[in-house]
Amino acid sequence: MSTARAPLIGQPVERKEDYRFVTGTGQYTDDIVLPRQAYAAFVRSPHAHANLLSLDTTAARGAAGVLGVYTGKDLANVGGVPCGWLIHSTDGTPMKEPKHPILAEDKVRHVGDPIALIVAESVRAAKSAAALIDVEYDALPAAVNPATAAASGTAVHDIAPDNICFTWAVGDKAAVDSAFAGAAHVTRLSLINNRLIPNAIEPRAANAQYSPANDSYTLYVTSQNPHVERLLMAAFVLGIPEHKLRVVAPDVGGGFGSKIYLYAEEAALVWASRRVGRPIKWTAERSESFLTDAHGRDHVTTAELALDADGKFLALRVDTIANMGAYLSTFAPCIPTILHATLLAGQYSTPHIHCQVRAVFTNTTPVDAYRGAGRPEATYLLERIVERAARELAIDPPELRRRNFIRKFPYATPVGLTYDTGDYEATLSRALELADVPGFPARKAQSERRGLLRGIGYSCYIEACGIAPSSIAGALGARAGLFEAGEVRVHPTGKVTVFTGSHSHGQGHETTFAQVVADKFGLALQDVQIEHGDTAKVLFGMGTYGSRSLAVGGSAIVKAADKILAKGRRIAAHLLEASDEDIEFRDGTFRVKGTDRSKTFAEIALAAYVPHHYPIEQLEPGLNENAFYDPPNFTFPAGSYVCEVELDPQTGAARIDRFTACDDFGNVVNPMIVEGQVHGGLAQGIGQALLEGCRYDEQSGQLLTGSLLDYTLPRADDLPGFLVETVKGTPCEHNPLGVKGCGEAGAIGSPPAVINALLDALAPYGVRELEMPATPFRIWRALAAARGTR
Amino acid sequence: MPSLSYHRPSSITEAVQMAHDDPDAKLLAGGQSIIPSLKLGLLAPSAFIDLGGLADLRGVRLAGRSLRIGAMSSHAEVANSADVRKHLPALAHLASGIGDRQVRNRGTIGGSLANNDPAADYPGAVLGLGAELRTDRRAIPADSFFQGLFATALGPDEIITAVEFPLPERAAYVKFPQPASRFALVGVFVSLTGKSVRVAVTGAGACVFRVPELEQALARGFSPESLAGITMPADALNTDLHGSAEYRAHLIPVLTRRAVAQALA
Repeated sequence: MSTARAPLIGQPVERKEDYRFVTGTGQYTDDIVLPRQAYAAFVRSPHAHANLLSLDTTAARGAAGVLGVYTGKDLANVGGVPCGWLIHSTDGTPMKEPKHPILAEDKVRHVGDPIALIVAESVRAAKSAAALIDVEYDALPAAVNPATAAASGTAVHDIAPDNICFTWAVGDKAAVDSAFAGAAHVTRLSLINNRLIPNAIEPRAANAQYSPANDSYTLYVTSQNPHVERLLMAAFVLGIPEHKLRVVAPDVGGGFGSKIYLYAEEAALVWASRRVGRPIKWTAERSESFLTDAHGRDHVTTAELALDADGKFLALRVDTIANMGAYLSTFAPCIPTILHATLLAGQYSTPHIHCQVRAVFTNTTPVDAYRGAGRPEATYLLERIVERAARELAIDPPELRRRNFIRKFPYATPVGLTYDTGDYEATLSRALELADVPGFPARKAQSERRGLLRGIGYSCYIEACGIAPSSIAGALGARAGLFEAGEVRVHPTGKVTVFTGSHSHGQGHETTFAQVVADKFGLALQDVQIEHGDTAKVLFGMGTYGSRSLAVGGSAIVKAADKILAKGRRIAAHLLEASDEDIEFRDGTFRVKGTDRSKTFAEIALAAYVPHHYPIEQLEPGLNENAFYDPPNFTFPAGSYVCEVELDPQTGAARIDRFTACDDFGNVVNPMIVEGQVHGGLAQGIGQALLEGCRYDEQSGQLLTGSLLDYTLPRADDLPGFLVETVKGTPCEHNPLGVKGCGEAGAIGSPPAVINALLDALAPYGVRELEMPATPFRIWRALAAARGTR
Repeated sequence: MPSLSYHRPSSITEAVQMAHDDPDAKLLAGGQSIIPSLKLGLLAPSAFIDLGGLADLRGVRLAGRSLRIGAMSSHAEVANSADVRKHLPALAHLASGIGDRQVRNRGTIGGSLANNDPAADYPGAVLGLGAELRTDRRAIPADSFFQGLFATALGPDEIITAVEFPLPERAAYVKFPQPASRFALVGVFVSLTGKSVRVAVTGAGACVFRVPELEQALARGFSPESLAGITMPADALNTDLHGSAEYRAHLIPVLTRRAVAQALA
């Protein structure tokens, strides 16, 4: 292994984990069957809002195969599901933080709210018994629409009579007001950022076991961050000592944010596993996923952009109502505030920005982070209003953006972030080139000959990944640190196991992280194994979300690997009878500079574990290092997207003809995985723009899109072949890998590009507004309305 | 799922007898609607009488100017049948667009027609071609078979054995899918047989229906231009998340024009 080889970083290495996934040998939570396995079912509220008058479980308790029936009364001494982020209102008061009981106590607050847990010998026995539970409800009026929740006259929680959780703001309001007063032009926009239902392919599942032998619990669970799950459950809900609870998140089939959070079902199972004395498993059915997985987005927004006569942005004013749903999910308050309002500068040097956010409770499923989390909401409103301003001022949309690009870095925005680096002109000009924008008029003419409309739309997004540093996050309300932990264990033979606190549920850590470590030590890819997802193996971790894994988790691993090399250098110096400073490490070999005296990485590893000739007075044996990495700043990926649509004015059906994505992710470790992440993000962003929309009945609060028959997930044939390119960009300046994160970009940048393209196609008809998802029906209705009013 | 008995008769007579003896039993064809309904708790039959063992109910046969398709023929069999593709390509095309590959390999024409889902495709072809349904005891013309939402002329123990399709000169089916389910938001089947024109619409109402105004216009001249200026009233059409009655009413002549153009192509 001492021969030089080409670096693995930057290579499209095939994913190590795919063999088990494509051969069906992955191990998901539902695959785990423990000895004496029992099963659970939950009784859920059919009402959006009701008082629980009585709950009779007698018949269920006596039913065949039933091992236990539990309700909110049994859990009276157990804590509620905690919220991990505290926001203060502008008047200094803390957000209204109502208890979120594990099982409903005296009231249900959304359809699907769990009321009782049944544990039985089989899923079937548990479900049959669930049907025997007699619940008497006193149905109450429901607050459903976030825009009117405050005035609905019905309170989801007594402590928030007007349903307002907090009213928060960022930016200098006076400066914004005065900039508007002197503006040559003001563009206004009202929009809704549609609520989405995540729909990971693997539904949520948990399997909880209590061991009386050592008075400890093990929870297998579909989680993106097992250590956080353990911490929250131990410290805030069940009071189990943290070292007596092991949380394992094995293979997880997609999360998109929805598996970050601690959910009531998981806590209920852990609690009941000790009462029943049996391991208890629950796997959500798809309809339960629809009703209980935290939803995403759901903002009602008005925005105003002030411009001078040359099209320079003077100020931006935003007012958003953010739907929290019935309870505060783990990170919910952070999403519309810290991850939304602080992104409103986008790629532009707008000097003054003010954003007010009112978070409201409604009788709907809780809302939390979903791929992009706050940043898609910011990008959507910003890129929509910029394009509208361009149309109003008759300036070419890319040109208006160029006039306002930030060009000097570091750049401190008026909403609290400092961008370290970026080159927005580079991604925009490359995107315009790849998209063949000059050929658009000819393509449009061709579409028109076929009776179709064609439009082009743009979006230039910025993203902030890897929320950091912990001290700032804490000042902004985080109740947790936002570092990451890693451990590098070099075995006596020189093979390496790496433990990371981040979690892969599709991202490909086992490959990407191995590329980084293999390069670091000059090893072959197969000599490095990545372990994650088990609190008993991994020292600590904050998990995977916000495109943080490589930027934060990868940096922790690099730090640990550097410690390994530093120690290896000292061992080599001893064995080679040289001073530490004279040892260099290159191509997998420690050598005395300027000589041919050397030791391989494996020889040093062996020496560390067989310390016969070893500087034992100065150095411990072994070769195993931990590191914690707390980033000094967010990372700021950015890019430009161009969408071209063709639509049929007779039916309203729209088709994306071409979609170009040009991103700057800083350094790239595995371009194939990055491309796959962009494709996935684009699919979800285009899904939001054209297909996906969660709808509740405004009166009853019933979920109208409660299955895949009514909620449209994107299918392959809804999407075009994507033209994706990652520019040789601007490496992040403050992490050792120079990486920025790529997991959410596609979902953040694409919705406004799609809607802008549709509005461009429809502009000749006088259509100025289109709600997402822009279904054929909505497009036809917008056209019909515009025709009627002309 | 509830407990239930399962029977697999070996003759049509035996199947009819079983259905007659147990009014709470359900006939099981391809199971693509009934099994999901069962799992969702919408149905709790005492038994399934599985028609899967009845070889007499399968297969496509060309007989003079008509195609006889056994009731237990799967959508995939219809879509891939050389006879259907040659003599009634519009029907092969329709069958190839039902559900997904799994549904097409399990679902059957007889099961679909007996269920009479308001957004199913096959009722469009059967009514749009003026086909005849053969049962264990009689022949039922398409015009009297479809009676309303999930309602047909079938008796409680009556079994569809085959569908007899007359061969038209021209025919086409155009479906505008509901985006999520991809059932027909509106589907239009048109046919020209001799001087007779049929236009059948599925997905738009409680049940498949013919549109006399469109048929009369096309009888005067079978071309898209004949339909110029014709609009449909929205009364009694479906409204849901995916489209209003007005949208469906608008789509009917649009899709009919396209179907006629396709039939002439």
